Amino acid sequence: MVSFLLAAAIFILAMVALGLFRVFCGPTDVDRMMAVQLLGTGGSAVLLLLAVAVEIPAIVDVALMLALLAAFAAVTFVTSASGSPAAAEDATDSR
Amino acid sequence: MRLALDIFTALAVAGGAFFFLAGTVGLLRFRDTLTRLHALTKADNLGLGLVTLGLLPLVAWPLGALKLISVWLFVQLSGAIATQLIARLVRREDPQA
Repeated sequence: MVSFLLAAAIFILAMVALGLFRVFCGPTDVDRMMAVQLLGTGGSAVLLLLAVAVEIPAIVDVALMLALLAAFAAVTFVTSASGSPAAAEDATDSR
Repeated sequence: MRLALDIFTALAVAGGAFFFLAGTVGLLRFRDTLTRLHALTKADNLGLGLVTLGLLPLVAWPLGALKLISVWLFVQLSGAIATQLIARLVRREDPQA
């Protein structure tokens, strides 16, 4: 079972790495950010599999940390990408 | 019983890995940004959800399992909010999308 979990972790990691190709070819910054979101989720899944496979429960905390950082990255991206005047107006309205 | 749980784990983890494959293929192959966002949420919700479900029989029962479930719930919540924000940004930059 341990080797199966490790194989699944490696497979998911390879999938996420392939998804990062979207960071290179864009075409917009939103697409690049979505690939990074996939890295956040996929990284969490890999770390959860690893935590159970090698029986170190502390790795679950690392997975939680990665998910938290991905959420902060997305929110920071959206708030800083609103460069147009209409977007700035929208942001002040929702506050 | 042990064998049944192992089979359950194998099926659920393989299903989760399949949804990560689907998310990556969708992210690379779909035409525009909003459809790619749709593919991404599949990997977010079902991929991580099935992996977590498959790992549940292998961890210490109340606390370890609750922690795994809470990681999944947190990713659900933050993923839903992030995709809504990103979709709103796409719509604002290009109202035709």
